[in-house]
Amino acid sequence: MRAWRRASIVAWVTWMLASVFAPGVSVAVEPAQNWSDITRKARGQTVNFNAWAGDEKTNAFIAWVGEQIAKRFGVMVNHVKLRDTSEAVTRVVAEKAAGRDRDGTVDLVWINGPNFLALREEGLLFGPFAAMLPNYRYVDTTNVRSNLVDFTVPVDGYESPWRRAQIVFVYDGERVTEPPRSVPALLAWAKAHPGRTTHPNVRNFLGSTFLKQALYELVPDPEVLQRPPTDASFASVTAPLWAWYDALRPTLWRRGEQFPDNGPAQRQLMNDGEIDLMVSFNPAEAAVALSAGQLPDSVRTVVFDKGTIGNTSFVAIPYNAANKEGAMIVADFLLEPATQAHAQDFRQMGNITVLDLAKLTAAERAPFDALPRNPALPTSAELRRTLLEPHPTWMTRITAEWERRYTK
Amino acid sequence: MDDPHHGRVGAAVHEVTRARGGVLRLAPALTVAVFLLPIGAGLIGTALPAFGYLPAIGGRAFGIAPWRELFASPGIATAVRTTVVTGIAATLVSVALALGFCAVAHGRRWTRRIGGMLAPILATPHAAVAIGFAFVVAPSGWIARALSPWLTGWALPPDIATVGHASGWPLVLCLVAKETPYLILMIAGALHQVPAARHLGIARMLGYGVTEAWLKVILPQIYPQIRLPILAVLAFSLSVVDVALILGPSNPPTLAVLAVRWFGDADIANYFPGAAAACLLFAIVVGAMMAWVALEHAGEAVGRRWIARGTRSGAASIGARAAFAMTIALCAGSALAIVGMSIWSFAAQWRFPDALPGSLTLGNWSRLWASLAVPVATTLALALAATLIALLLVVCCLENESRTHRRAGDRALWILYVPLLVPQIAFLFGAQVLLVSTGLDGTFGAVVWAHLIFVLPYLFLSLADPWRALDPRYARSATSLGATPLELLLRIKLPLLMGPVLIACAVAFAVSVGQYLPTLFAGSGRVATLTTDAVTLSAGADRRVIGVYALLQAALPCCAYLLAVALPAWRMAHRRARWT
Repeated sequence: MRAWRRASIVAWVTWMLASVFAPGVSVAVEPAQNWSDITRKARGQTVNFNAWAGDEKTNAFIAWVGEQIAKRFGVMVNHVKLRDTSEAVTRVVAEKAAGRDRDGTVDLVWINGPNFLALREEGLLFGPFAAMLPNYRYVDTTNVRSNLVDFTVPVDGYESPWRRAQIVFVYDGERVTEPPRSVPALLAWAKAHPGRTTHPNVRNFLGSTFLKQALYELVPDPEVLQRPPTDASFASVTAPLWAWYDALRPTLWRRGEQFPDNGPAQRQLMNDGEIDLMVSFNPAEAAVALSAGQLPDSVRTVVFDKGTIGNTSFVAIPYNAANKEGAMIVADFLLEPATQAHAQDFRQMGNITVLDLAKLTAAERAPFDALPRNPALPTSAELRRTLLEPHPTWMTRITAEWERRYTK
Repeated sequence: MDDPHHGRVGAAVHEVTRARGGVLRLAPALTVAVFLLPIGAGLIGTALPAFGYLPAIGGRAFGIAPWRELFASPGIATAVRTTVVTGIAATLVSVALALGFCAVAHGRRWTRRIGGMLAPILATPHAAVAIGFAFVVAPSGWIARALSPWLTGWALPPDIATVGHASGWPLVLCLVAKETPYLILMIAGALHQVPAARHLGIARMLGYGVTEAWLKVILPQIYPQIRLPILAVLAFSLSVVDVALILGPSNPPTLAVLAVRWFGDADIANYFPGAAAACLLFAIVVGAMMAWVALEHAGEAVGRRWIARGTRSGAASIGARAAFAMTIALCAGSALAIVGMSIWSFAAQWRFPDALPGSLTLGNWSRLWASLAVPVATTLALALAATLIALLLVVCCLENESRTHRRAGDRALWILYVPLLVPQIAFLFGAQVLLVSTGLDGTFGAVVWAHLIFVLPYLFLSLADPWRALDPRYARSATSLGATPLELLLRIKLPLLMGPVLIACAVAFAVSVGQYLPTLFAGSGRVATLTTDAVTLSAGADRRVIGVYALLQAALPCCAYLLAVALPAWRMAHRRARWT
């Protein structure tokens, strides 16, 4: 008995000691409105940039961004490597729940779609801040609707664009002579080449986007996808999708019983020779990967004739971020023409820029003109037909329905 | 031991210590508090949301809604079945292989260095071995590459499932490869406690073969001592997350992975079914342990009859030989897994069906060098901090034990094993909720503490026996020459025990380096170590990059081991040189 009492006292002392490790409490200040004030305040801050870290090229780019920003603005960037962006959302929500309304641990988060909607709906984002960024004036707000509307949700300045993505298909030109150019053609190709294509797990955004892409071509009127579905409309609208998928699934890699976890895992399968055709969200994926030795030199890219889903990746600042000024410096740096050109270089990440090149001066455009070409890159004409992302609810419902149907 | 002066001197020492040993007497309680407290609080913190209570996210009413949701989720029955089957299969096979191996290997000259031989496999984190295994057994993996196309005729990898197979066999294989060496080491330790050589000699005179004799005479004597390690293996196999993520099925995954997936979901409402899944896993582990104990009774009855029948060399010997061969094969497999990933880390291109990469490069290392600095530094700092704190606590406990002459009994041993018997996921979520509410989550200190929970028991278990076995006459001589207890500890005991202390530290270091889930939860995903990065990358990055991480992950603990072995040897040589 005495031993127990002693143990409990010691336990309390241990708890108390632990609080020594607690971070010091500092007062969060509302960010200044003026850019030079922001730059001044940002100096010395360390920005916890929460970003999905499953891609080495993107990680290297973020590291490069960190070096540049440290040199130019005296702001440190700490890349918090996420397995899934939802981890950052969870953190912010947990902090809100725990009453930590200032000095939050997430300063900047790479985000879009459902995760943005989740934070926006709960009022957990700081903003509007995008228009305060000096480089925001270059953003293409006329031709690229996805820079303003994120999965049908108006951005309203609560997130700032930094890269664009569009669905393409990567194939091995040595083994695939006639790549499919439509959703029905994909099924025909898969039937003729069983086990040679797959898609990422449907819980992964690329996997669900694969299904949404199919849905786009299979529904009579794609406009319905811009509104959230009702129970009845979901069943009727997606019926052709499931019919198509039921036919496709047995022809997939591992008979559709296993799926790669995400895009990079799928790419590794292609590099290992396990598949010949794969979906990608980066039009430069083939060029990037072959230049990095991650795919054979024979890979090429194909885009569906009727257009493919395209979206924009953003960065957002949580409402309780401790280093909002530093986070804005990072967001602005990501929009700089030189940064955007660096990101678009297929030897780096190969992302399509979010800027309107017509808004740039000749000098600012020069690095874009100087970018190298590669036979694995699609032409800009091929990428012209961009389809808007459906409302986020379609994605969550398709994922749930897929799990209900195929997870036994 | 039965020295008549022992008691008197002991009492004298005790008198001397009493005045100054006050702090020391708190050591056992403090040590136990360090790990029991977070586990207990964490279990409660997980159990409450499982029944709907987590006010922070709006759960205020108790109910069974989370359980309904859990049992309604797609594939849950399969997930539970996979968990139970893989966990129990891995344990049964590991135990069988370890026993067979020891029965065959007993008394052979090379077994004296068995600890050193198994050290590299034991030290390598599970995640690194699993990552390597994935490459070795994949249809486009190393085995297939080595045999294609000349033997198999495969120009392309076959479309068959290995990694991620719904049955979970690659998961079982990897767990067996890691747990068998651990059990062998535990058996080797237990063998010191019984007069094995004498008993085996008698059995052999009665005409039994060595293997048969070991199984019939030695095993019944040592089993009580390896029982806790076996239960720890059972709990671990049922609840492992990193290995299951890398090698296990994914649609649906095992229950532990399912819980982690829910805890990491964007929709925080999923915390509730996640907590229910964690509690269900806890119940499964408890149930499996009870089943195991029941199995022991059955095994005892069968074993008695088997021994009484008196067969001199039967099927058991053949089975043991097969187990011996399989253990060697699995150890070779683990080594191959690490070698494979090491080669990947230097590969420029390595395509199916090439048995080896076409060209080698240092490019992967030089490209990653900069981004490796932080995780390597964090891994080292965490491991060193956890090891040193654990060492301090353990030495205080053991020193307290020898000063008070009260040895921790069987109950204390059970307490030590608690962190190894409770599934991590069942208390880590609850512990994280507590950490978040105190603002401690994601701090270095919180992660050190989380590591400490697992580092402490291992350090204690590896240091306790050598410490207790130290000849008490050294202490008596030193005391009679006027040494204070502190001098006795610092100048006599610690130098004499330097070897075991360093080995125990290396074990602790390796345990810390391998921690995945505790780092993830206590660090709130913000504290990146080699292991957390490697598991993140294993979900799908360039295999050359994963190779770099896996090799480093394996290299750090192995270096610690080498250092632990080399330092005392170097000191001895140095000392001899000075004396001659």
